[in-house]
Amino acid sequence: MTIEVERLIKRYGRRVAVDGIDLHVAEGEIVAFLGPNGAGKTTTIEILEGFRRRDDGSVRVLGVDPDSAPLEWRERIGIVLQESEPIPELTAREAVAQQAAYYRDPRNVDEVLDIVGLADSAGQRTRKLSGGQKRRLDLAQALVGNPDLVFLDEPTTGFDPSARRESWDMIEALRGLGKTVLLTTHYMDEAERLADRIEVIVGGTIVARGTAAALAEQVKAATRISWRVDPSSEITFLPPTLDVAIDTSGLALISTDDVTHALHTLTGWALDTGIELQDLQVKRPTLEDVYLVLTDQAPPEQGHKP
Amino acid sequence: MAGRLRQQVLFDLLIFRRNPASTFFTVILPLIFLVIFTSIFGNDTLANGAKVATLYVPGILALAIISATTVNLAITMTARRERGILKRVRGTPMPPWVFVASQAVAGFALSVMMTVLITVVGRILFGVTLNRLGIGSLIITVLIGAMSFAAMGLALTTIIPSEEAAPAVTNALVLPLYFISDVFIPGDQIPDWIQTVANLFPVKHLSLALQESFNPFADTAPWPWDNWLVIAAWGAAAALVAIRGFRWIPRR
Repeated sequence: MTIEVERLIKRYGRRVAVDGIDLHVAEGEIVAFLGPNGAGKTTTIEILEGFRRRDDGSVRVLGVDPDSAPLEWRERIGIVLQESEPIPELTAREAVAQQAAYYRDPRNVDEVLDIVGLADSAGQRTRKLSGGQKRRLDLAQALVGNPDLVFLDEPTTGFDPSARRESWDMIEALRGLGKTVLLTTHYMDEAERLADRIEVIVGGTIVARGTAAALAEQVKAATRISWRVDPSSEITFLPPTLDVAIDTSGLALISTDDVTHALHTLTGWALDTGIELQDLQVKRPTLEDVYLVLTDQAPPEQGHKP
Repeated sequence: MAGRLRQQVLFDLLIFRRNPASTFFTVILPLIFLVIFTSIFGNDTLANGAKVATLYVPGILALAIISATTVNLAITMTARRERGILKRVRGTPMPPWVFVASQAVAGFALSVMMTVLITVVGRILFGVTLNRLGIGSLIITVLIGAMSFAAMGLALTTIIPSEEAAPAVTNALVLPLYFISDVFIPGDQIPDWIQTVANLFPVKHLSLALQESFNPFADTAPWPWDNWLVIAAWGAAAALVAIRGFRWIPRR
């Protein structure tokens, strides 16, 4: 295991930022931490990088506890920070060369510039680089030490769509280099596109995990049938054999993975009792919806746990 | 380790050279002061044949040394901290002390360069002389001064909250000290009580130690121990503050 985390806890004062996270990342895997802002992604990754101390739990990164890791441990780790700028007075090439000087056995600087697609701008002062180019430079600086493990904290936040796509290609290239990668993002499509596995993190805990396909399986289970009932009436008639939840706005909801059967029972019951099913909808949520459901934890129309 | 230190010093000097603000305030401005002082206050010949410009050099050199170290480091290190540059360095196997030591060594190298530059330009333009007897004292003063004032610059970063605040805080501290510390105005024109205040701070002791080193009338080698001690004490205290409070991670 490249990364092993058990019951990780981090508090800021009374606020619990990370609340019992478990995480296992094998060599060569690309794993995405997916979650909204403030979910604990950056805190967790900074604990793994050795920038923050945990309050409880155990952490092993490349077999070493980051809190007590010797400097040699950093020879094997590359870090792309969420917010960092290059030194404006240096050229892109000099910035990478300076970083290379910090490592015992660095990669060839021009080779790395080539990998991230910065070879043509290598001679430019870094302050003249575009946002996307600066991100490439970040990655070049993270790669020049020839690390086994690369941390990427929100690699495309604030990018326009074409810059994002370029960055994705670049991160895909890390797979070709055999690197283990842990990245954080709040974009569903980014996690789906880049990662072998996705860990959905909300409020400091992991609420769902698996491959993009496995998360899509959960989508199937979460197909929803809904209709409108009159919230003001004293008595609401519901089909007795189905598990129905009603929210405050008067939306009756069934979550099911057997849509045909549920629908047959529901409409049969409606015909028998003469109750009209207003606004009847069968909705099979997209992956995006599942993410929204997971990150909102309990959306208003969800009266019970699926 | 020595190789890494050398490499980092060369990088830091390269960055300094390409930063217009750093080069102007540290290299150009002291030379401008030398020209202005000589123009305003004249450049008479003294009793022993030395030129008056020789008396301006120590104050101007003190300004250059403090600019190359305290001012430069307080501003650039705060900027590097806030931009995540220090954090990135901290994420590498580079020993943190090498990085920090490099800043002091680069400040020392710049101070030596400025000593030579001001003395040579002063000599060519205004006949400034260097008393041979003071050369030993000059070398020690520049060494102790650059290292101590570099430590003060690093210590300052611990109280500066943001990149925008760095020049303001730094200048608010050093500018008044320049005026009361024999940098611009000779001590004998400054009221006693202000001199007493100035004596508490290290800037005046740097000026005085440099004055002794350049003193054209000295007939024995000067060893301004008391000045060196005060400067070094400030430097040691600043180093302690920096060791305890230096931050690698942005404050934002």
